[in-house]
Amino acid sequence: MTVTETDRPAEIGSEPGSETGTLTVEVWRGKDDGRFQSFTVPHRANQTVLDIVTWIQRHAEPALAYRFACRVGVCGSCAMTVNGKPRWTCRTHVGKVAEDGHLRIEPLRNLPRLKDLAVDMTPFFEKWQAAEGRFHPTKTRHDPLSTISPSSAKRKAADAGIECINCGVCHAACDVVAWNDDYLGPAALNRAWTLVNDERDGGKRTGLDAVSRSGGCHSCHSHGSCVEHCPVGLNPTRGIAGLKRMSLVGLLTGDAG
Amino acid sequence: MRLRPSRNHPGFWAFTAHRISGVALALFLPVHFLLLGTAMEGAAGLDRALALTDNPLVKVAEWGLVVLLAAHLMAGLRVLILEFLPWRDSMKRLIALGAAVAAVVGVIFLVQVG
Repeated sequence: MTVTETDRPAEIGSEPGSETGTLTVEVWRGKDDGRFQSFTVPHRANQTVLDIVTWIQRHAEPALAYRFACRVGVCGSCAMTVNGKPRWTCRTHVGKVAEDGHLRIEPLRNLPRLKDLAVDMTPFFEKWQAAEGRFHPTKTRHDPLSTISPSSAKRKAADAGIECINCGVCHAACDVVAWNDDYLGPAALNRAWTLVNDERDGGKRTGLDAVSRSGGCHSCHSHGSCVEHCPVGLNPTRGIAGLKRMSLVGLLTGDAG
Repeated sequence: MRLRPSRNHPGFWAFTAHRISGVALALFLPVHFLLLGTAMEGAAGLDRALALTDNPLVKVAEWGLVVLLAAHLMAGLRVLILEFLPWRDSMKRLIALGAAVAAVVGVIFLVQVG
């Protein structure tokens, strides 16, 4: 199959002829000491911010650096700052965020910039590791499967947080991440919360210790910016509050909860 | 180039009210203790200091103090509720309620003093 000009993946849904004027799009270029570059982009029906960035790269500025993969809100690669707010660009309709036909697209906040709209996600994932955000198996493949009731309180708490797509939007929205280099951040702590509620996980004590240290859950100021901006509607503040309680109970009883 | 963070939501307003009222009250406390301390050197000194409170400007400041105390109390209760009680999705309504209580306390003070 030949990929033609009109059926490129990122432009599906923007049929020719459905143009409704133009947009003025300012895009951050360079690294920390860069500048905004302005582009005039055709505005089409059902256009997403990612479509805009892709249009610019394909038609106006081939050297524009940005990151995306799935285009359908699953992979968490394409988060950027759009008109001042961190957003998943592939699921953000231009019509809902453009202000008088203007868009200003910048890289995510609180992460080192690489070039243009691409940031280095390394510190983000290092914090997941520092928060023990990984499963600690207790069984082998020869053991029978664990029986976990989906209606148990712990499983419900874990289920409420497991749909994180690692996009970094909450990390970018959080002021404590900006103020405190050691702070693990809402995504890593949310992951830790799902694990301490996972009855199959064998690392509860280690996990709770990891998130109770300086820069852990107790550093959260409960601003709730993570909840406001999470594109998949998760509530890291709730999980972090749960970790704070669990950490306190653990301190008083010597039990991981 | 620093990005302007997006902070326009009730949780951040509550945090800001808590922080500003806390800092303002912390600045007030030394003055408060200084004033009380005048009593150590006899009643006359304290009476002189208390006479300052008849000044209308000080009355306005007192009103501000009462509102700050009410706002700080409400924001503190929010943190305690959020961190020690099971999560409730009505948190934004609670923030609005706290703001309303602080405002009502301010109005009651105005009516009582005025």
